[in-house]
Amino acid sequence: MIILGIESSCDETGIALYDQEHGLLAHALHSQIDMHAEYGGVVPELASRDHVRRTLPLIQRVLDEAKLTLADIGGIAYTQGPGLAGALLVGTSIAESLAFTLNVPTVGVHHLEGHLLAPLLEANPPAFPFVALLVSGGHTQLMRVGGIGDYTLLGDTLDDAAGEAFDKTAKLLGLSYPGGPAVSRLADRGTPGRFKLPRPMLNSGDLNFSFSGLKTAVLTLVNDHSNADGILDERTKADIALEFQEAVTEVLTAKCMAALRETGLDQLVVSGGVGANRQLREKLTRATKRRLCHVHYPRLEFCTDNGAMIAFAGAMRMQHESNGDHGFSVRPRWDLASLQRPPA
Amino acid sequence: MRLLALDTSTEYLSLALHLDGRVLTRELHAGQTHSQRILPLLRELLDEAGLAMTDLDGIAFGAGPGSFTGLRIGCGVAQGLAFGAGLPVVGVCTLLALAEASGADQVIACLDARMGEVYHAVYRRQGDAWQEVIAPGLYKPEAVPALEGAGWVGIGSGWASYADILQAAYPAQVSSTQPDRYPRAQEIVALALPVFAAGEGRPAAEAAPLYIRNKVALKTSERAKMAGLK
Ligand SMILES: Nc1ncnc2c1ncn2[C@@H]1O[C@H](COP(=O)(O)OP(=O)(O)OP(=O)(O)O)[C@@H](O)[C@H]1O
Ligand SMILES: [Mg+2]
Repeated sequence: MIILGIESSCDETGIALYDQEHGLLAHALHSQIDMHAEYGGVVPELASRDHVRRTLPLIQRVLDEAKLTLADIGGIAYTQGPGLAGALLVGTSIAESLAFTLNVPTVGVHHLEGHLLAPLLEANPPAFPFVALLVSGGHTQLMRVGGIGDYTLLGDTLDDAAGEAFDKTAKLLGLSYPGGPAVSRLADRGTPGRFKLPRPMLNSGDLNFSFSGLKTAVLTLVNDHSNADGILDERTKADIALEFQEAVTEVLTAKCMAALRETGLDQLVVSGGVGANRQLREKLTRATKRRLCHVHYPRLEFCTDNGAMIAFAGAMRMQHESNGDHGFSVRPRWDLASLQRPPA
Repeated sequence: MRLLALDTSTEYLSLALHLDGRVLTRELHAGQTHSQRILPLLRELLDEAGLAMTDLDGIAFGAGPGSFTGLRIGCGVAQGLAFGAGLPVVGVCTLLALAEASGADQVIACLDARMGEVYHAVYRRQGDAWQEVIAPGLYKPEAVPALEGAGWVGIGSGWASYADILQAAYPAQVSSTQPDRYPRAQEIVALALPVFAAGEGRPAAEAAPLYIRNKVALKTSERAKMAGLK
């Protein structure tokens, strides 16, 4: 069966077609980053308005790309939450009404389940069970994944998410939104060893994280090294960015390795936007190799929000759950741990 | 022609099927449950008519102004239904739908826009058509644009929320008001019918809400300017 996937939880409209037999057929994405950049961050109302404009043209595009028609769609999966209520509602309304007309089943997908399972879209996918690090703009979680819907939380951030820390640090350094890639690019030009930032929770003995103190420490560095006009020279900015990235990726790597040790598992799956960070990938690849473990990443474009992960997660659940009368609702707050295994 | 019309711009949910002159309707006070109820209710209506979506010739929807969430549910559903069935769409202004419902010939339509404002438009009937005397706009109720003459009929929730202020804005010009009326699918379908008949329905992807209130956030540069003014 071919599943149409629709993602609209935040600032990207992502659409994909996934064939339960033949895998991913086509996917397309519209990012609103440029639109929100002028506002310094995502404006929920504008995000919702843009999804209304983008969704149908993208659906048409993936159909054309896969040389399929609407009649080939066997089911529709859409992000039901968590995320921005208005943005979620656009994808949900279109998905359910399209399914109503096509007379096909639907399934509301948990956005984070989509991220979690995204590495399974790649060749040589990891087998269950594995440890997953979900590290994005809104989340920093370590999980034991026993199967679809079998998620045990091992560790979580006590305050900011890692991606959020990247974004806030970018702002402090005067970089543009979104901050992660900008900080990372600047760090490439930094000199190691000039600054030393804390490694929060590195030795906490558990698998939790905390990144808000790091942002405060960056603020202190910025204030201490700015001139009388509050201007920071480019070299200092790069050095701070480098040390910040070192601190975050070192803590993330150490906790991933601790999670593998504690669970006795040998496969690590990394997903979410910060999973695109090259420094993090290098550190994790080195550390896992040393311990004869394997690390799996989604391709870079599937680290951030996309329709392919929603189509895929939907495909895993479609035969079991379907919304019969097409009454619909969104779940802006939705606990991943509340998900159930699909009935066998 | 067989047309479906829907409106979710207010706390009501309104559906109508226009079947070559016969009109079937569903009206209910949905509160915040439009999303749960609209498609099951549409199923009921189609079953009553013994039709499938693909038997229809077009879909009309209340484009706005109204609740942003409601407008997006209505527009999203119209898009999904029309795209799936390959049907053209027509968006109808909810203020015009109120005018059509009034039974009057000169109408001041006002919807409560929250935040101390109203969506406002003025229409005059000319033969079979409506002339737009004042285009849809967003105003403080005490600052609505002035009109000439008397015998105007006020309609819509704005006349419930701001009765005294609006009456004062049009002194002795308003002959009666209908503050309880809301935009309904049956008027929307009546207004859309000639548009479809003229072959002017649009592709589903072009269906768009009419928000009117378009300034919803300040750009970083605008915030800086405002901070500088303080
Ligand atoms: N190369 C990179 N290095 C570091 N951070 C990055 C990089 N690329 C993206 N990010 C960060 O990833 C985040 C975006 O990821 P993603 O789109 O997965 O998150 P989200 O969808 O906003 O959050 P969530 O899925 O938790 O609701 C942003 O915080 C961004 O700064
Ligand atoms: Mg995400």
